[in-house]
Amino acid sequence: MKVFSINGPIVKVDEPDKVFMYEMIKVGKNKLIGEVISISPDTATIQVYEDTSGMKPGEECYPSGMPLCAELGPGLIQNMFDGILRPLVGLHKATGSFIGRGAEVFSLDREKLWNVKMLIGKDQKEVTAGSRIAEIEETDLIKHYVLVPPGVKGKIVELSPDGLYKIEQTIMKVDDNGQVHEVKLFQRSPVRKPRPVKKRFSPLEPLVTGQRVIDAFFPIAKGGAAAIPGGFGTGKTMTQHQLAKWCEADLIVYIGCGERGNEMTEVLEDFPKLIDPKTNKPLMARTILIANTSNMPVAAREASIYTGITVAEYFRDMGYSVALMADSSSRWAEALRELSGRLEQMPAEEGYPAYLGTKLGEFYERAGTVETLDGNKGSITVIAAVSPPGGDFSEPVTQQTKRFIRCFWGLDKNLAAARHYPAINWLESYSEYFDDLGKWFNENAGPNWRKLVIESMTILQEEEELQQIVKLVGEDVLADHQKLILRVAKYLKTGFLQQAAFDKVDTYCALPKQYRLLSLYMDYYKMAKELLSKGAHISNLDEMKSTEGLAKLKFTIKNGEESQFDGILDGIKKDFAQLSAKFQ
Amino acid sequence: MLARQYEGVSSIAGPLVVVEGITDVAYDELIEIHSASGRRRGKVIEVSKDKAIVQVFEGTVGLNLKGVTVKFLGKPFELTMSESMLGRTFNALGEAIDGGPQIVSTVKKDVNGEPINPVAREYPRDCIQTGISAIDILMTLVRGQKLPVFSGNGLPHNELASQIARQANISGKGGNDKFAVIFATMGATHDTAEFFKRSFEESGAFGKVVMFLNLADDPSIERIIVPRSALTTAEYFAYELGYHVLVIMTDITNYCESLREISSYRGEVPSRKGYPGYLYSDLATLYERAGKIHGKNGSITQIPIMTMPNDDITHPVPDMTGYITEGQIVLSRSLLQKGVYPPINILPSLSRLMKDGIGEGRTRDDHQSVASQLNALYSKAQDVAALASVIGEDELNDNDRKILEFSRAYESRFVKQGQQENRSFIESLDLSWDLFKALPKDTLERLPDQLMEKYLPKGK
Repeated sequence: MKVFSINGPIVKVDEPDKVFMYEMIKVGKNKLIGEVISISPDTATIQVYEDTSGMKPGEECYPSGMPLCAELGPGLIQNMFDGILRPLVGLHKATGSFIGRGAEVFSLDREKLWNVKMLIGKDQKEVTAGSRIAEIEETDLIKHYVLVPPGVKGKIVELSPDGLYKIEQTIMKVDDNGQVHEVKLFQRSPVRKPRPVKKRFSPLEPLVTGQRVIDAFFPIAKGGAAAIPGGFGTGKTMTQHQLAKWCEADLIVYIGCGERGNEMTEVLEDFPKLIDPKTNKPLMARTILIANTSNMPVAAREASIYTGITVAEYFRDMGYSVALMADSSSRWAEALRELSGRLEQMPAEEGYPAYLGTKLGEFYERAGTVETLDGNKGSITVIAAVSPPGGDFSEPVTQQTKRFIRCFWGLDKNLAAARHYPAINWLESYSEYFDDLGKWFNENAGPNWRKLVIESMTILQEEEELQQIVKLVGEDVLADHQKLILRVAKYLKTGFLQQAAFDKVDTYCALPKQYRLLSLYMDYYKMAKELLSKGAHISNLDEMKSTEGLAKLKFTIKNGEESQFDGILDGIKKDFAQLSAKFQ
Repeated sequence: MLARQYEGVSSIAGPLVVVEGITDVAYDELIEIHSASGRRRGKVIEVSKDKAIVQVFEGTVGLNLKGVTVKFLGKPFELTMSESMLGRTFNALGEAIDGGPQIVSTVKKDVNGEPINPVAREYPRDCIQTGISAIDILMTLVRGQKLPVFSGNGLPHNELASQIARQANISGKGGNDKFAVIFATMGATHDTAEFFKRSFEESGAFGKVVMFLNLADDPSIERIIVPRSALTTAEYFAYELGYHVLVIMTDITNYCESLREISSYRGEVPSRKGYPGYLYSDLATLYERAGKIHGKNGSITQIPIMTMPNDDITHPVPDMTGYITEGQIVLSRSLLQKGVYPPINILPSLSRLMKDGIGEGRTRDDHQSVASQLNALYSKAQDVAALASVIGEDELNDNDRKILEFSRAYESRFVKQGQQENRSFIESLDLSWDLFKALPKDTLERLPDQLMEKYLPKGK
């Protein structure tokens, strides 16, 4: 097979009958990695994952006979990969500070010895796909289970003992009616095909994130899908980083898809220093990074979403709850548009291909809570940033994404300009999981959780309406009970919705603290309302000493020290009692 | 490699030339076209078995089908590099145009560059004092950052950029390290180029400057090359010679116009406003060349300038830029009309890297809180001003009136400063506290008590 023509990352080759769709192929004398994306009578079209400068028509191509696969096994965690899962540290060794071309680097270290503990009992005679064969302490946080790959089952004919193994060594042989399969520490999985599961569950448990506005008002379920749309500078990446740092998933797959190089470096430098509040281990020990920055080849950017979710599925199949962050799905859609343009396909809206929705749907549906093949429960939660041009949510990627996600965290330019972070607009965002998860929150976070949240949301909504009046005629014309709404809404906004990512205490807020904060503000509201109904004036509230610093409690009270709220609440109650005595 | 030569071409459209009957031509290869009017250069942008589409850098004016010879040079476009480029002026293709001798060196670099491996990057943390309060306090520039100026026609972006270039302590603490400014214009007017030249000369910095000029009457296709030539030079100075390099590129909008022009000649499917679908990826290949690399002394800091058509920040050029760069400095017409120079509107402006570059041990412990407080107050002042325009200022309550007064003082004392005025971080921070003094304490909710205790000027 030979190169016929070259147009950027799109290369056509002759003898199309030698390849199949989505087959991985090495192109040209530099053996650049590519994937077959269309076949016609005379030529096959290949998207190439590396820069094609210097390639000539007539250069030889080498089909691999396999679709584009991800290498899955121990060694993925704490590492950073490019869009086609080549380790960036390995590439650094091979080609230096700048990413060169044609470097052949395996995803996983071939030489490293892993301490393998077998899990198959002596009396067990057979295995099926998905069974756990062995375990490896991959990091302090993650026990890596070696699974029988999908499609493999049968009688155990050979079993290795516990010991140190390299990933290419066979630890078990299985006889499936005469066909013998070798099971190694790693397996390969085609990235564009979801890995099989037994069945799907409805998502009924939240993925707690430690971010108040999300957990309280717009919670996401384990196995759910959420989108964070926002113009530039509204804090998409910051929000994604916060979620990756603090959410209660077992494992994080973070895909930097067409974004800034420095941001990925920041994650690489920061995460090893951050300590997981639950386990006291570095957060890096549960993180896998995939980085295809904006200036890396565009075709690999298209692939990065698929390699990322395939890695996530692999750990889900071990029974873990995995959170996948994609930053940003718009860059992926743009890669799709660019490639589609070079293929001269008929464009739909704004130049995006007509199949944009289909592709997005296929991706988001790979999220879910499932029963794995061996009967464990695992989940993938997908949280994708969307970067609408000009911050305009009516553009195709945002609109198509809304068809498949159930959690919408809309970021607001005005909030960001006022440095209200996270700039999640509470009136525009929604979570369809709110009702499903209400029971869980009531049982696990606080008996009145749901009611509290709805009441405070009502206040925020009323405040929005009152602000319209204030904008026109000023605050002074409002009645006292309306002024009270403004006052409480301000507490809610500064004391609860705003959360300082750089503050040691505030960056992560556990559910008990969220509950106490919210109920404190609502208790204040109820007592103040009662006082006003007795004839007190709004200015009387300023006489209270106990409410000083009420908006700063998020900084002063640490997680786990919620009992401090009792004293504050008592103080407020006393002040109200005194005031109220005046108006009897 | 042997150069191959072909007589005649089969079609010419805009800057694109199609050559047929070729063999052994590589994608992205450099070519030369010889005609009666002299030599031009170009590169292969699409190639198939016997046909190549070539983009001619100097434009195709005067070319015909028969009277030309196309020479394929068997290598990508390369620039000759040397430290002696300092103080010199070049065209897009790296040819000296200041009357001096051409650069002679064995160092040649492919202008396309390669992406920096994220694991090789060093996260930028060294802040740069520009001496401009609004930038230093609210959108601190960091060495290795790309921070564009979003401007409009008629706004003083050139003055601002040259002030930054003059005052910025790029070379860092002690000033022992070498620094250089690389300046690239794309479709700038002669006046603009002259302005920068003069301001570098007057400040005595011209010996530290390398200029790449593409003026408004130069071939538009060359605008695609200019920033690449400039950035390739910057990489050579930063990573091989150990310089801290500041790259100023103006005007990115013209660059994107050229990109659109070529895309249209090639008959590509357009996306927003006719710009090609790869505008984002293409801009990223420029902006992402800013940075620092582990184990290398130098760094590349970029200040690209663009004039937003119709002052529209949602226009594809500023929009795509904002998604790639690490913040932006937005200039505002209404501030300029109030007589404020530099007219920086702080609300949409941002530096994403400042959080790690400021604070105790870098600038001062109160920096983050002061910045946050200034932003919150100024944002609040906008609401108050809107209200005042409806009900009149007299009807405002006391607090609101004070905030409004604060915002005026802030614009006229803090943002406004002279073109030659160079304020230190400490001066700018103290100035902020001086402004805070006029406000009641409970409006300063973003300032922790211990900082108020330490910095808020006592007494009235």
